[in-house]
Amino acid sequence: MNSFLRNLAGRPWLWAYVAAIAVWLVIVAFTGGRGGGEVLTAAFTFATFSVIVGIGQMYVVTLGPGNVDLSIPATITLAGAVATKVMDTQNGMILTGLLIALACGVAVGIANYALIWLLRIPPIIATLSSSFLVQSVAIAYGRGIRIKPPPALADFTTAQVLGMPVLAICIIALAAFMELVLRRTLYGRWVTAIGQNIRAARLAGVDVGRTRFYAYVMSAVFAGLCGYLLSGFSGGSSLSMGEEYLLTSIALVVIGGSSVAGGNSNVPGLWGAALFLFLVVTMLNTYGFGAGLRYLATGLIIIAVIVAASARRPAR
Amino acid sequence: MRLTARQLRTLLPALSLVVLLAAIFYLQPRAMSYVGFNLMLNLAIPIALATVAQMCVITVNDLDLSIGTYVGFVACVGATLLSGGMGALPVVKELQASGALPATLPWIMQTPLVGVVALVFGIAVYAALGALIHWRNLPSIVVTLGMSFVWLGLSVLILPVPGGQAPAFLRSLMTLKPAYIPFPIIAAIVIAILANLLLMHTSYGAVLRGAGGNPKAIERAGWSLLKVKMTMFALAGFFGMLAGLSLVGLTTSGDANIALRYTLLSIAGVILGGGEFVGGRISPVGAVIGAVTLTLAGSFLSFMRISPDWQIGAQGAILIIVLAARTLIDRAERRR
Amino acid sequence: MTGPSPFIRLEDVRKSFGAVRALQGVDLSCSAGECIGLVGHNGAGKSTLMNLLAGVFGAEGRMAIDGEDVGGRHTVASAQAQGIRCVFQELSLCPNLTVAENARVMHRALKGFGWRKRAGALITAKLDQVFPGHGIGASDIVGDLPIARRQMVEIARAFTVTDAPARLVILDEPTSSLDAHQASQLLAYVRRFVAEGGAVVLISHLLGEILAAADRVVVMKDGRVVAERPASEFTRSSLVAAMGTVAREEAEERAAVTGRRGGDAPTRVRARAAAGGVDLIAHRGEIVGLAGLGGQGQSEMLIRIFDAARRTVPGITVEGGSALVAGDRQTDGVFPLWSIAENITITSLNRLKRGILIDSGKTDAMAEDWKARIGIRTPDIHNPILSLSGGNQQKALFARALGSTAETVLMDDPMRGVDIGTKQEVYGMIRAEAERGRTFLWYTTEMDELKHCDHVYVFRDQRIVADLSRAELTEERVLHASFEEVA
Repeated sequence: MNSFLRNLAGRPWLWAYVAAIAVWLVIVAFTGGRGGGEVLTAAFTFATFSVIVGIGQMYVVTLGPGNVDLSIPATITLAGAVATKVMDTQNGMILTGLLIALACGVAVGIANYALIWLLRIPPIIATLSSSFLVQSVAIAYGRGIRIKPPPALADFTTAQVLGMPVLAICIIALAAFMELVLRRTLYGRWVTAIGQNIRAARLAGVDVGRTRFYAYVMSAVFAGLCGYLLSGFSGGSSLSMGEEYLLTSIALVVIGGSSVAGGNSNVPGLWGAALFLFLVVTMLNTYGFGAGLRYLATGLIIIAVIVAASARRPAR
Repeated sequence: MRLTARQLRTLLPALSLVVLLAAIFYLQPRAMSYVGFNLMLNLAIPIALATVAQMCVITVNDLDLSIGTYVGFVACVGATLLSGGMGALPVVKELQASGALPATLPWIMQTPLVGVVALVFGIAVYAALGALIHWRNLPSIVVTLGMSFVWLGLSVLILPVPGGQAPAFLRSLMTLKPAYIPFPIIAAIVIAILANLLLMHTSYGAVLRGAGGNPKAIERAGWSLLKVKMTMFALAGFFGMLAGLSLVGLTTSGDANIALRYTLLSIAGVILGGGEFVGGRISPVGAVIGAVTLTLAGSFLSFMRISPDWQIGAQGAILIIVLAARTLIDRAERRR
Repeated sequence: MTGPSPFIRLEDVRKSFGAVRALQGVDLSCSAGECIGLVGHNGAGKSTLMNLLAGVFGAEGRMAIDGEDVGGRHTVASAQAQGIRCVFQELSLCPNLTVAENARVMHRALKGFGWRKRAGALITAKLDQVFPGHGIGASDIVGDLPIARRQMVEIARAFTVTDAPARLVILDEPTSSLDAHQASQLLAYVRRFVAEGGAVVLISHLLGEILAAADRVVVMKDGRVVAERPASEFTRSSLVAAMGTVAREEAEERAAVTGRRGGDAPTRVRARAAAGGVDLIAHRGEIVGLAGLGGQGQSEMLIRIFDAARRTVPGITVEGGSALVAGDRQTDGVFPLWSIAENITITSLNRLKRGILIDSGKTDAMAEDWKARIGIRTPDIHNPILSLSGGNQQKALFARALGSTAETVLMDDPMRGVDIGTKQEVYGMIRAEAERGRTFLWYTTEMDELKHCDHVYVFRDQRIVADLSRAELTEERVLHASFEEVA
């Protein structure tokens, strides 16, 4: 039992969960024990969407320093807009809508990597500039009447089982699967190897180009999925629906215990970090803190986490 | 005369601006007037200043994701503390309305000095950030990401909803109408000259840039990398402050969210102007030209009553085209 | 030897990096007005000695400047203040700055109004002195200059004077990128500089240069000074002989290891260097050595052969796959956050699956198997790789390559900085694998290791200049081929 506990304590994602639980307790303390369940339900509901894009961003960041996907918000918006329009409130089109949304992701991912590989543009700029273009396309396409999502989709994204959102359960399963991919498949090993030492990875026989390509496509596909589900959840797509997810996706990676320098990531931490961030906002709300203090607290937390994480590594 | 690759690369930003101007002239000749330029380029001043700020950070191989919210913070300070002192804060006004504070406040609470202190505090925070990043070898992307929330939070605390009133001197400065040449063009030239002077002409500027190109060599030569980082971040804070002040002078009221897109725009402007993420290769003049080009692309489209949806796309397209051109030039040179 | 007490004196200086003893008791003194030529094979300790003089790190033993013991207080800053300048092999110029700006960076006094002109004048004047007709402009951006010009700028910068004159200038392979004309200009300037009272330490593998420019020649081998005489007392051949071992054991050892030449065995690798020259041919079961001084194209050749097994590379054919054992563990080999088992199995994961997933039973089995076979000293293969000593880390990298299915194993000076015990174990492993039909291409900078090879290709200037069979293999022949100059 002791070694199990010690093993657990060594996991980087543990602290996100501990912090999340701690914050939840603080909230419950204020409300005198009432509403704790509802808070948890809300936390899981909203954290789900961040986790989806967090997974994609995590894989990209794992590739090593300089790798980050700034086009996630634009892809969310595009996928949401296109899928909603295509589905046109028809329940029968739900699957088509999903495929279309994922296809949007694939297209954006390919475009991103083409810029990175063919034009040798650093990933930050490549994903940045493609995000401008994608955003424009999304806005132009999505203009006009706000189309509602098919009712079945809306129901699915808001359904709950014993207070736990069904969607959250699905995404927990997805996260578990992606963690498996990271740890137990060749692809996961390759991504991690490249992030630790790209030259050594190449000399050890890893196909660096292909691995990076798949990571960027995957990130965009997850963003597409998120856009699709978000449009179902929020009753239609909007032009700014993806905005907050950029900073959130990076924050999840950092707070979840993955290394920003690459080569050391974990998926469970994303859930812990997402819950923690949402609960912090809720706690500040509960205690009557305004938006200003909420933002301030979020920012200081992120900085504190990265400073603390850097302390563990020796100076260069 | 055969141009070297390097010369082509330096000319690229200017070329793209000229091409854009030509397109504007072709499509809408009336835009090329004093009034037209004034309208299209007004917003170029704060964007150019924010781009120069970003350029300072990029010079030392870092990235500032918080410049957008910082500019918003400065705008909010400008619209409240700088014009009416603490008495201008909405929260104070509320307290006055509820009777907790007297209707006429003591002199100390009405002086704009508080605003000045707040602005200096902002620059000091930037310098401290540079020190922290150097000392702990932190990834600047994440740290500035956190800071962007901090600035946003402070802005919202100062101005929960858009409002306030920009100080008169700022308003009159930004609405100057000099003869023949529109004010934004003059301002852009002045900014470019100033930034160029600081980074390319001073002897310490060479050291600052060198720290981006080969930090080990700079350290070996006896210079303090810590001081270099702090200087560059402080400069970024300074130019960001100017950006916020000019912005609030233009819009006359403050808004925490007013400059959110400045973060990505400033990065695009630096790269468009010939700068590179690593290696300390930057061009102050290029950065200003890049910012002007991006602004022009955006505002021209709205001038033409083309849907603003495409503004941002046009900016992205320009960035990609210029970068593609750069890669082609490099590849052609290598083959020679 | 010239007049007053030496400017710098080193007595019994020792420096170790972990298990590697770079300097084992070196005595050296440097006086004004003389040029010391420092020669030696790879790993002799020249670079370490130079870094020591420049103040990059400290060492045990005595070091005195101007008669005063500097103890542990010798830093880069204090060295520069004393007028000790260094031109390292990795250039320390900022590629994004101009020539004049790079001069300013080195000299704090160049500031204030008109600094750019003064800096430009300073560096141009010195360039004119050292390299007349250089063609370099003070406003040229260093990154855009070809490497020869960059080296000229770096050298000229070291000789410039602002607040402190340069008293001792250490040049580490300064002519490596210069052409013959520029090199002779530099040597002529060195003589002038020394005649005016400066001191120079010149490290070079071009023996002709050393003999032309130096007053005194110091020969190093294995961290020790093995010969020190006025340059006039050396000839090229006696210099080469001084660098080699007194190799009486060689004859005995040669008998012990039987060399093998391909003959009728199938060809695994055929490669030609981009610069031309003799083809490299390796057969099944051969151990082929790549020798010659460092940086003469051996690593590049290995990497091109590595690539050729995966895609088309002009001029190279490889049969049966390739794997590489890196010499620079940190940059090319080790995955620092992973365990020993993960580091070993990364190349062979395809065979260690059950369905789609990696089977931890199989990966553990492979890691344990190699831990036993190659003798990795660790209680648990799941420990982090960095918990291993350097030698054991290298063994893990060997296990990675040997454990793959590649029939050709490329080794990029993998025994650098590894202790002798580990080396012996790995040599045995290599021989055993070769017996079983594996082909080894082995780049090594140590003569002793070449004795394990069936035949040796000597590299110089990015091409193969000699092909020595096991029987012909003597240290002298290798050195001659390595140092052979066209002029």
